[in-house]
Amino acid sequence: MAWHGQTGTRRRWIVGVLIGVMALGTAWAPAAQAAEPIKIGFGMALTGALAGNGKAALMAMQMWAEDVNKKGGLLGRPVELVYYDDQTKPAAVPGIYTKLLDVDKVNFIVSGYGTNVIAPLFPIAMERNLVLMGLFGMANNEKLKYKNYFQIMPSGPNPALGWSQGFFEVAAKQQPKPQTIALVGADAEYPHNALVGAREHAKNFGFKVVYDGKYPPSTVDYTPIIRAIKATNPDLVYVASYPPDTAGIIQAAQEVGLPVKMFGGGMVGLQFAALQTKLGSKLNGVVNYEFYVPEPTVNFPGINEFLARYQAQAEKAGVDPLGHYIPPFSYAYVQILGQAVEATKSLDQKKVAEYIQANEFNTIVGKVKFAPNGEWAKSRVLMVQFQNVQGSDVAQFKKAGTRVVLYPEDWKSGTLIYPYSKAQK
Amino acid sequence: MFSLDLLLNAIVAGILIGGFYAAVSLGISVSFGLLDIVNIAHPAFVILGSYTAYAMNRFFGFDPLLTGLLFTPVFYALGVVVYRLYYLGFERKGEESLRGLVFFFGVLFIVEVALLLAYGVDYRMIEARYVGQSFHIGVVGIAFRLLLPCLVGLMVTVALHLFLSKTFYGRAIKAVSQDSQALRLMGVDPVKIKRIAFALSIATASLAGALLILIGPVEPSIGREYIGRVFAIVVLGGMGSISGTLAASVILGVVESLTATFSGPSWAPAVSFGILLVVLAVRPAGLFGR
Repeated sequence: MAWHGQTGTRRRWIVGVLIGVMALGTAWAPAAQAAEPIKIGFGMALTGALAGNGKAALMAMQMWAEDVNKKGGLLGRPVELVYYDDQTKPAAVPGIYTKLLDVDKVNFIVSGYGTNVIAPLFPIAMERNLVLMGLFGMANNEKLKYKNYFQIMPSGPNPALGWSQGFFEVAAKQQPKPQTIALVGADAEYPHNALVGAREHAKNFGFKVVYDGKYPPSTVDYTPIIRAIKATNPDLVYVASYPPDTAGIIQAAQEVGLPVKMFGGGMVGLQFAALQTKLGSKLNGVVNYEFYVPEPTVNFPGINEFLARYQAQAEKAGVDPLGHYIPPFSYAYVQILGQAVEATKSLDQKKVAEYIQANEFNTIVGKVKFAPNGEWAKSRVLMVQFQNVQGSDVAQFKKAGTRVVLYPEDWKSGTLIYPYSKAQK
Repeated sequence: MFSLDLLLNAIVAGILIGGFYAAVSLGISVSFGLLDIVNIAHPAFVILGSYTAYAMNRFFGFDPLLTGLLFTPVFYALGVVVYRLYYLGFERKGEESLRGLVFFFGVLFIVEVALLLAYGVDYRMIEARYVGQSFHIGVVGIAFRLLLPCLVGLMVTVALHLFLSKTFYGRAIKAVSQDSQALRLMGVDPVKIKRIAFALSIATASLAGALLILIGPVEPSIGREYIGRVFAIVVLGGMGSISGTLAASVILGVVESLTATFSGPSWAPAVSFGILLVVLAVRPAGLFGR
């Protein structure tokens, strides 16, 4: 009996193992066949000066990958994002992308956030004829004219001009027409480009430049600069600044009492809740650029759902709780790449690049069509004015009414309160 | 564009920002000037002070200046710990020059990353009733945002000057910078004196950080912007001279302000460092150095 019993136990054990192996085999078969993932590689600013935007961008890209994978992936293959922290350092970029291409064997590369980290990526992409999706680079391709480059910031085919077009268009329509302008910005890459465009606009629109100055990014106190501007008595002040200088300049303008008719233009930082909530009502009257604001005229399919999901995760992730600036566009630039892969049914760089160049894409930031230089075919830089801002409640910036769109006409949602001092009352 | 109104305002703005520079530089003046410790992480401790003020303001509604003052003992204790590590790891072995510098670079990164993990990467500002308010004396406009840091900077400078010149420990700190062996022969432990001095230098960072976040927004790595400026001030004023640090801070503040007002702000660093070069050529020990 014992022997039989042992035999029975052994048989049951063998049968159990066989069934288990078969079951595992059945479960593993589709997974094995479900091919390798399509890898998209990039470096992103997760530490360093631009990490605030970099982390928010990464979160949006992960949301896109999640959405795509829920629907079965691209070409039936799951999407995998392979990324490294570029520390906001351009010098780290070549090493990161070489590793992505040669070791991680990614199928596509997209850029990290910002002009400075996109620039060193061009030699790598051009040498291997890769599709290069750019995230918020300003005029990177002006001289290189690389045909496979596509940049998602909606500053139009001539970014330096498109950036400040709205500020000057709006100013020129006021009565009596402003006559003089002061131009000021940080001594750095982006402000330099923005001021080049602003100077050209000033000339074209017939505004006399009475102050044209740059300040070092390490400046602590901006009151001497604002006083110097005030002494030239300009009608308009165009500012191209980074977040810490933006806050310093607005505070100094309040303290000094800047008696101008329009103030703002290219101030980075006012798109984020951190500065919006802390500057509060001091923002009223400031006219500044935006790419998306929650006004009824600026509504694209999918954007509200995206923002609702993003905002639900943002606070926990320690990123901008509004997500109006970078996140929708970082979702969109991988969305375009995904649509091109699906449409061409190919991972071939040339085919995908040609498709992106030739077609218009429906994205959560609206319809996107690229110009031959890889920038948006038509600028959609919004010029908005801060109005009715009260206190520091972030909820007011999630609704329409605090950032009224003045330009372009197609997206206009309100009228300019003119002059600047009137909007502050 | 020149006018008396602009000139007066530029000078006053320069003095105000100079008072703030003094508050930030005092710690370096003690650690680098008196103890010969190249504490390159000092600006990171200043930023830690800013975030402490931010957190106490956000969660408990504390005034940043009050927080800066309340947390000086905590920063003092932190300074004791950092010096102990530095002493055991490097100074005792006579490896303080190069490896000590690397140690402080490491401390700088650790403080930055810790702040990054705790608060994220966004810029942080502070709410206080007096931020954004200003008043006029004649044609001169004075912002509370700049006046308070200046006054606090001046008070800390005076307090530190009195401590170093009137108290036993203060005089011992000065003595250790001149001849630690002689101090030992007098029955005083130079390591203990250096520990107190270094901890004191870190304690000033608590107040300096609170002042910094009053002036403008901060993010974890913004301290690096101040490294060059504060070391330049200490060298210009004369190594270890507290009154020299104050004088150099005000000179640098006024020069920056005048340059920004009349010649274009982009010239401000060039003119400031030009003055530093000229002073060092004429007086290699700095304005008040011996």
